[in-house]
Amino acid sequence: MREPFEPYPELAQHEVEGRLHWFDSDRRAFLKVLGGGVLVCLWPAPSPGQESGRGSGGRDLPKQVAAWLHVGENGRVTVFTGKVEIGQNIRTSLAQQVAEELGAPIEAIDLVMGDTDRTPFDMGTFGSRTTPTMGPQLRAAAAAAREGLKDLAAKRWSVAASTLEARDGKVTDPASRRSLSFGELSRGEELVRDVEGAAVSPPQNWKIAGTPLHKVNGRDFVTGRHRYSADLARPGMLHGKVLRPASFKATLTSADTSAAEKISGATVVRDGDFLGVAAPTLTAAEKALAAIRAQWNETAGQPGNADLFEHLKQTREPARDSHVVGSVEQALGTADVRLSRTYTVEYIAHAPLEPRAALAEWNGDRLSVWTGTQRPFAVREELASALRIPVEKVRVQVPDTGSAYGGKHTGDAAVEAARLAKAAARPVKVVWTREEEFTWAYFRPAGVLEATSGARRDGTLTAWEFHNTNSGPAAIRTPYDVANQKIEFHAAASPLRQGSYRGLAATANVFARESHMDELAHALAMDPLAFRLKNLSDPRLKAVFEAAAETFGWGKTKAGPGSGFGIAGGVEKGGYLATCAEVAVDPATRQARIVRVVEAFECGAVVNPDGLKNQIEGAIVQGIGGALFEAIRFEKGRIENPHFAQYRVPRIPDVPKIEVVVLDRKDLPPAGAGETPLFGLAPAVAGAIFAATGVRLRGLPLSPRGVPAKA
Amino acid sequence: MSTFALDVNGTKRMVDAGGDESLLSVLRDRLDLTGTKYGCGEGQCGACTVLLDGRPVRSCRQPVSEAAGKEITTIEGLEDNGKLHPVQQAFLDIEAFQCAYCTSGMIVAAAGLLSATPLPSDEDIAGALAGNICRCGTYPRILEAVRRAASALKKRAVR
Repeated sequence: MREPFEPYPELAQHEVEGRLHWFDSDRRAFLKVLGGGVLVCLWPAPSPGQESGRGSGGRDLPKQVAAWLHVGENGRVTVFTGKVEIGQNIRTSLAQQVAEELGAPIEAIDLVMGDTDRTPFDMGTFGSRTTPTMGPQLRAAAAAAREGLKDLAAKRWSVAASTLEARDGKVTDPASRRSLSFGELSRGEELVRDVEGAAVSPPQNWKIAGTPLHKVNGRDFVTGRHRYSADLARPGMLHGKVLRPASFKATLTSADTSAAEKISGATVVRDGDFLGVAAPTLTAAEKALAAIRAQWNETAGQPGNADLFEHLKQTREPARDSHVVGSVEQALGTADVRLSRTYTVEYIAHAPLEPRAALAEWNGDRLSVWTGTQRPFAVREELASALRIPVEKVRVQVPDTGSAYGGKHTGDAAVEAARLAKAAARPVKVVWTREEEFTWAYFRPAGVLEATSGARRDGTLTAWEFHNTNSGPAAIRTPYDVANQKIEFHAAASPLRQGSYRGLAATANVFARESHMDELAHALAMDPLAFRLKNLSDPRLKAVFEAAAETFGWGKTKAGPGSGFGIAGGVEKGGYLATCAEVAVDPATRQARIVRVVEAFECGAVVNPDGLKNQIEGAIVQGIGGALFEAIRFEKGRIENPHFAQYRVPRIPDVPKIEVVVLDRKDLPPAGAGETPLFGLAPAVAGAIFAATGVRLRGLPLSPRGVPAKA
Repeated sequence: MSTFALDVNGTKRMVDAGGDESLLSVLRDRLDLTGTKYGCGEGQCGACTVLLDGRPVRSCRQPVSEAAGKEITTIEGLEDNGKLHPVQQAFLDIEAFQCAYCTSGMIVAAAGLLSATPLPSDEDIAGALAGNICRCGTYPRILEAVRRAASALKKRAVR
């Protein structure tokens, strides 16, 4: 298990490339399991030396397969991908793309996702990578399958395959009006094809992709039928609980487990600092846990909120990479206006509504685990390493999961369940409590962000120096035209376990940058939008700024008394974002209320317009928490607000009027959209609070206890 | 351990459980009704909402002993012979979810609201659902779904 406070490097989590895994089974064996039909194997990058494999058999499975696609003898299409569904709706958007290219109805397509025994290796579901990478790969696989089916029909009818059409799950010969269903075509066949050169249709021609289809298995969720990890059970299953240390970095000195062991059916496990119980019911497990008398050796002198930012600054390391253009020093020397400001961001929690949960079952030396994670293959390795068994002996399956937001990269609950199940020789389910989730998961990193800028009197930005300490390098560069730049990320010693969070550090970096741009605009007595546009040549970012401003009525309407408008934007992971916000500050209570938000977003060709809109709306709503009030409070190695009663998250009464403007660029490849729509809100709200009150707030959350009066 | 006679979704169920065991745990672990979710165990998130004699309650804070003898309705009990309850249908039509872990609790809470207040204002809806958390942030759609369900129920009543 990872040492709890080892820094969780964001870069290593998201930018590791080229790691290889080998899938050992034979593809004909795989076809046997599937029961004949047409099987397409997909490489991320086709290697030139390989034959097409049409109709061939007995060849070993190609290494580094990215996805499988199988057309069964019943006409059903099964797609195997290591990606997982965590609420971002890719089970639907990927199925749409397969349906589009294959010429099959979407109802005929099933996705097997995130199962380490059945799906090809995948790094994980993060970084908004599914749409730009898995989407095109599956479109290519589906196109290859379509060509394979056309070839089969062509052979039967003795016509050229190029004259045939695949549509609605059938191959049709327009000349003779004959047609055969995919099931009829694949029956009795054992066709194995590789993906090569089959043409995919451009977004302009899409008929199933590009449409606002709803969640393919939506009915299972409104009826409560879908089983998340925590809902699963196995015969003879026990419930597991783990004793948590008294505080972070505490080590176990002694434990009296005699009372716990007397509880009927309870198994108590002590292994190093790990102390857990498994019992036939959750209540019994809780009682057994409560009966343990443990002594902990605690670590004194751990930083808390009061000295967090000072601690980060004091432990910051020199930047490993420095982005330098021109000379910031010289440009600052000749600038008409100079500004230097520091911004801060507190730790926040993902707080997915489904807490970490895992069910583990041993069959001899083989371990099966069901758990909600974004990285099933990494969790498989975590399990193999923690339990000292070969990785081939571990199977991880991921049921569609109750959200993650970057918070479920690890397999903590899986390791706990597996360890307890081994000792109890029975299946064990571990479901973290809300308090455990708030304390022993990991957090979005806190950070200190320092910006120094210079501009000419006419509003030309001439110098830009930016340092991020600890929170991360995502979206750290500025999209504005600046001749002189120095931009650096500095690692620091995080007092809390930290890791990825939806959008990574883009939220912190864009908050600081866009707040600073706002401050500079005011220092120059310019309109915040006009100042941005004056220093912006990227046409796609300009387009979203203009679209958001137009819909919002920026410059055309005036905020009422006690209210203000703010605007912010940026580019990340191929998505272009601009957000306008109206905020009202109550003069008596000083509470800030977000009244209205307009967000314009562009991410190339849109795969599912309603799914995209849902993601953007959700990102705005989730962003309200980090912008206004979410913060982890901690001191002396303890989380002080590990409950929803103390850690405020956005609720229905917090929701403003939201308008989403999507620019659908069918001429551009689709980019992901799960993360980028999150980061515009906080700086837009900070700008609006300044406009409303004259108070500039430079720390996230902006207003946990109301906006202070102007000094 | 005691035996409790529970009336769950119109069916009598005899359950052996400790009297202090929560209704949530009994539903999920003893009756295999896992549509009702654990989200916090503290009555703060609403994922475990069920109806007790038609009134929305947090099943995680409800000892099973106090639920005996009352009508318990869970998400599994809202469907009527394969036909979705209007609130379920509206959530499905509007896609008022993402990960959908909150959906059972939201739908049950909204169904409870509409049976007590058939024509709720937006403030009524926000008030009734303020205790239910959707971390994915689909609240605008949830509001819309409840409005639509209210109007569907009204049409049904008129007919």
